[in-house]
Amino acid sequence: MNPFETLLLAVGGLAANKVRSALTMLGVLIGVAAVIILLAVGNGSSQSVKDSIEKLGTNSLTVSSGSGGAFGGALGGGGRRTSSATSTKPLTVDDARALADPASAPDIKSVAPEVSTSQTAVYQGTSHTVGQVVGTYPAYFEASNSKVDKGDYFSADDVLNSRKVAVIGSTTATELFGTASPVGKKVVIGGTPFTVVGVLATKGGTGFQDPDDTVIAPLPTVQNAFTGFGPVSQILVEAKSAGATTPAQNEITTVLMGTHGIKDANALDFRVSSQESLLSTQSDTNRTFTVLLGAVAAISLLVGGIGITNIMLVTVTERTREIGIRKAIGAPKGVILGQFLAESTLLSLIGGGLGVVAGLIGSHFRIVGIEPVVIPESVWGAFAIAVAIGLFFGSYPANRAASLRPIEALRHE
Amino acid sequence: MRLGLGGRNGAHRRGADPKAPPEPVPEEPWGPPPVIEVRSLLKTYGHGDAAVRALGGPPDPATGESPGVDLLVEQGDMVAVMGSSGSGKSTLMNILGCLDVPTSGRYLLDGIDVGGLDEHQLSLVRNRKIGFVFQSFNLVPRTPALAQVELPLAYAGVKTAERRRRALAALALVGLADRVDHRPNELSGGQQQRVAVARALVTAPAMLLADEPTGNLDSHSTEEVLSIVDRLNASGRTVVLITHEDEVARHAKRVVRLVDGQVVADVRQAPVDGPPPALSDPSAFAALSPHSPTSAAAVRGGAR
Ligand SMILES: Nc1ncnc2c1ncn2[C@@H]1O[C@H](COP(=O)(O)OP(=O)(O)OP(=O)(O)O)[C@@H](O)[C@H]1O
Ligand SMILES: [Mg+2]
Repeated sequence: MNPFETLLLAVGGLAANKVRSALTMLGVLIGVAAVIILLAVGNGSSQSVKDSIEKLGTNSLTVSSGSGGAFGGALGGGGRRTSSATSTKPLTVDDARALADPASAPDIKSVAPEVSTSQTAVYQGTSHTVGQVVGTYPAYFEASNSKVDKGDYFSADDVLNSRKVAVIGSTTATELFGTASPVGKKVVIGGTPFTVVGVLATKGGTGFQDPDDTVIAPLPTVQNAFTGFGPVSQILVEAKSAGATTPAQNEITTVLMGTHGIKDANALDFRVSSQESLLSTQSDTNRTFTVLLGAVAAISLLVGGIGITNIMLVTVTERTREIGIRKAIGAPKGVILGQFLAESTLLSLIGGGLGVVAGLIGSHFRIVGIEPVVIPESVWGAFAIAVAIGLFFGSYPANRAASLRPIEALRHE
Repeated sequence: MRLGLGGRNGAHRRGADPKAPPEPVPEEPWGPPPVIEVRSLLKTYGHGDAAVRALGGPPDPATGESPGVDLLVEQGDMVAVMGSSGSGKSTLMNILGCLDVPTSGRYLLDGIDVGGLDEHQLSLVRNRKIGFVFQSFNLVPRTPALAQVELPLAYAGVKTAERRRRALAALALVGLADRVDHRPNELSGGQQQRVAVARALVTAPAMLLADEPTGNLDSHSTEEVLSIVDRLNASGRTVVLITHEDEVARHAKRVVRLVDGQVVADVRQAPVDGPPPALSDPSAFAALSPHSPTSAAAVRGGAR
């Protein structure tokens, strides 16, 4: 009995019960495909987070209003430092100016205060609600890693003269102008006409907010038209280098404690966050997410394996008489064992192979807004596990079949 | 392991001339060992009060021990085992066929103590030395006749071409050369049993064991199968068969009767080293047959 004959015998055995074999394979198929796709989704989402780290620039720090930490905030509310607790000083353009002083903050390269609002833009009857209208300084472009694709950035001169000029994101451009070039065109935003001077390169992203649906205009222009000359929503700071973010963070804290008159470092009314710290929390969340998905997939693979055991047990029980006949005419134990092991391995091999195909095809589609990125290890890993499961879970019924005494097997009903 | 097939594997060749004398067996100082030698064989099922003594007879009141079964079958003999239902015939046969193990006692097959063989050696013995024919045919389902007959050879590791050749020869011997592609569910009972016989003899085993081989067959199929068995015996193969019918037992050279798991009668009908009764004098045998003379013709026709 050579291996090829054993294989033929196994194929014959599976073919004798086509529906049953197909359903068992389906179990393995779903398990393997689930492992590949779910891990690819998890991987895809952390990949997109990593991409957005690079897009935002690792040198930049964001200063926003609010308590420095939950604990500090709670203490502040307790009433000891009534001045800071009762009146959280908002961030102002003056704060930004103080940060821009190279004497007190040598590690800061540039500072861009930001105000933001949401407005409806109209161009020749086409109307579109822009997700984010930002008023800021030209330094914003570099700090936020926003590059102009067509046209140009607005200048410091535009800011000083409060000119009604705007740089728009690529989504906004296509929504309003279609394929026509927006540069030089006049668009009415929230009732104020703006001249488009540039279009940003597409950033792409997977968040709920499209980063390309944006209008960036000089700070005083936006303040004048929409938000008023009050506080700014946040200040974007760019450090001199990636390594200088930590000293820059300390300098920001010191400078703003001065301007806000805060003495206790635990009772800050502002928050400095680096992109890295922000994103590392996000990737932690992502890892948990991936592990959960993997666990779900592993369970479905296990269920597929139990399906194989179940079917092999049924097959063995059903064919006990046949086993008895084969043993009576001199089949050695090894051959019987091989026949049933070959059947279960074949089930898992075909099921696993089809599962790999299904998984690879499935991960070409966007799933809940995430572009799955297949992990190569998960492909052969899932396949190998499926085959191992076939061997492992098949060996119990196969061994039971092969160990029967011929007369016991023949008398089986 | 001594397979001892050398002198007997010419079954197909010699089947053409059943009257040829058996080939001389190599002489040993005390003659050839018996093919089957059974000593105080006992078989009980279950334990304690619920124990069923299937073989070996009731315990001696004095010693509390059963006498057990003793049986010697010489090479070339054709033995019919008879007895009422439940007398232990199948139990004995299963032990002789190495399908079951006795509770106690010794079984020597061709001089080898079967009790001392391991699982793998037993499968070799079942494959090479024994051809077993069951009352219920016991063909492998969904398998064509040719593959069915090739199976024991496949387990023996015979090459494909050689296997095919021998399987076809065996099927031709039982008159089924035109049914090689038929599956068991496409064959009549008699044809299925002849496939089973072909499968039992394809490895050229020293002995053929048959548990009521004709129990499920009509008288015509019975004659067909028995004529094959007669010729196999005439070619030197040892045959042990179980039967309920005197008509079948008439074909044997020796009849052993079992009652309650014990041998109560052992009658010789023909010498060991001659042809079986049906072939030594076909016309006289047929004349005594309750069936029409055509059955005798079938025997002669089948022999050609
Ligand atoms: N597996 C078993 N478990 C328990 N008892 C058994 C088993 N097999 C056989 N017996 C018992 O052993 C005794 C002999 O059975 P066996 O099958 O050898 O009879 P038999 O002579 O072949 O009868 P028949 O002519 O009806 O086939 C019977 O009493 C039967 O009930
Ligand atoms: Mg019986």
